[in-house]
Amino acid sequence: MELILSTLINGLSLGGIYAMIALGYTMVYGIAKMLNFAHGDIIMVGGYTIYVFMAFGNPVLAVAMAVFFCVLLGITVEKVAYKPLRGASPLAVLITAIGVSYLLQSLAQIVFGSANKMVMVYDFGSVSFLGVTLQMSAIVTLAVTVAVMAALTLFVKYTRLGRAMVAVSEDKGAAQLMGINVNGIITITFAIGSALAALAGLFYLLKAPSISSTLGAMPGIKAFTAAVIGGIGSIPGAMLGGILLGMVECISYKITAIAPYTDAIEFSILIIILLVRPTGFLGKKRREKV
Amino acid sequence: MALLEVQNLEVYYGVICALKGISFEVREGEIVTLIGANGAGKTTTMQSTVGLIPIRSGSVKFDGHDITRMPCHKIVHLGMTQVPEGRRIFQELTVYENLLMGAYSMKDQSGFKQDLEAVYTRFSRLAERRNQIAGTLSGGEQQMLAMGRAIMSHPKLLMLDEPSMGLSPLLVDQVFEIIKDINKDGTTILLVEQNAGKSLAISDRAYVLENGKIVLTGTGEELANSEMVKKAYLGG
Repeated sequence: MELILSTLINGLSLGGIYAMIALGYTMVYGIAKMLNFAHGDIIMVGGYTIYVFMAFGNPVLAVAMAVFFCVLLGITVEKVAYKPLRGASPLAVLITAIGVSYLLQSLAQIVFGSANKMVMVYDFGSVSFLGVTLQMSAIVTLAVTVAVMAALTLFVKYTRLGRAMVAVSEDKGAAQLMGINVNGIITITFAIGSALAALAGLFYLLKAPSISSTLGAMPGIKAFTAAVIGGIGSIPGAMLGGILLGMVECISYKITAIAPYTDAIEFSILIIILLVRPTGFLGKKRREKV
Repeated sequence: MALLEVQNLEVYYGVICALKGISFEVREGEIVTLIGANGAGKTTTMQSTVGLIPIRSGSVKFDGHDITRMPCHKIVHLGMTQVPEGRRIFQELTVYENLLMGAYSMKDQSGFKQDLEAVYTRFSRLAERRNQIAGTLSGGEQQMLAMGRAIMSHPKLLMLDEPSMGLSPLLVDQVFEIIKDINKDGTTILLVEQNAGKSLAISDRAYVLENGKIVLTGTGEELANSEMVKKAYLGG
């Protein structure tokens, strides 16, 4: 019972984190039609920003600054590195994104050194539920990610801006004919994705209070996997893929025999899904327009 | 007065010259048609005029503004929009949401309900299917939706690129009736068609496009009676 409940909570909360990051990948892919491989490193920048501003001792301020700084960074990276390549070959954009990823990691190493930094954001303590001890931080993470995902879903469905994003992701040309500023929508998409990544950075620090320049690398790849499993370009798909991958990871860690192979298991799921359903769970086949 | 004035428009795809310096104008209240064969440059003309394809040289003036280098969404805000070739409705959105997108450029959203009702009255099929996902509509219904979506923004100039393409003869007649109707309500129309007969019949003036050049111009009637047009586009 204890095992099931704690695995469930931990799995869902890790899945929520993956989902938040995967949303960044999937929204950017849906709207700008590019894979932003530097997305994971925004998490790391968010983490370091929290580390820096925790010097003032106020977690709320630190998180707010992290979100602000990551949004700024996301928009800047898009303007400086990706926008000039609009219309270029997808491979050029992909390589640029990988370049940005290494640039951010190296900059972090130059500024903060290569040793891990410790940062205690806030101790939520633990709570006892049905005789089971649960980490409060996991529950908070789960609650916040669920709230953010619900808000994002409502935003996309019911606001003018959200619908414009759907329109751009479906047909850029037709969206422009509606008077939608596609560049503006791309900027907003990068801003939202980066804000979610900053929050993901916070959740990682709540899980384990240590940060290095590669903090975002593995979560980035995992979340990208989640986005592809769910169907890249699909917002509910990213949520589903994230939760699924988080659950698998937590369950696998609990089973001693397969625990060391957890990463391999997760990526195998990706391969199997791509073989069986190349568009992912909720992805749609797109007719490429010429 | 010319609402749209295009001068010496040149458009290239890479090194290939698609438009070799064409000039035409659309005056307020008119229906003007560009006819021409496949590959003559009709869609290129439409898309470069509205800012979807970059213009190499020449100028485009709309309603007193130079829009030659203006991005598409700003041109739309000036009051020009287009029903693009292949309709390109938002397949994943509902009929209602598509119409909502059509009104995106309206600064004043207070008239939205009224405009929506007007579209539903004009296209009763859309009213019946307002909450249906647009991708599930038939071709004719999708064309109606594309036209309804375009007029939601109250354009001064509405451009339609091959609105009759792929429709049954009955629906083709209906589409031309609707175009005439929209024009009567005060919207200037620029039409691109392969169906030369029907489009010339409703046009005030027309231009014939061949290999990226305008080779003939006149009133709809003149062109419909011209030997050259009869031979090349009217099957006789």
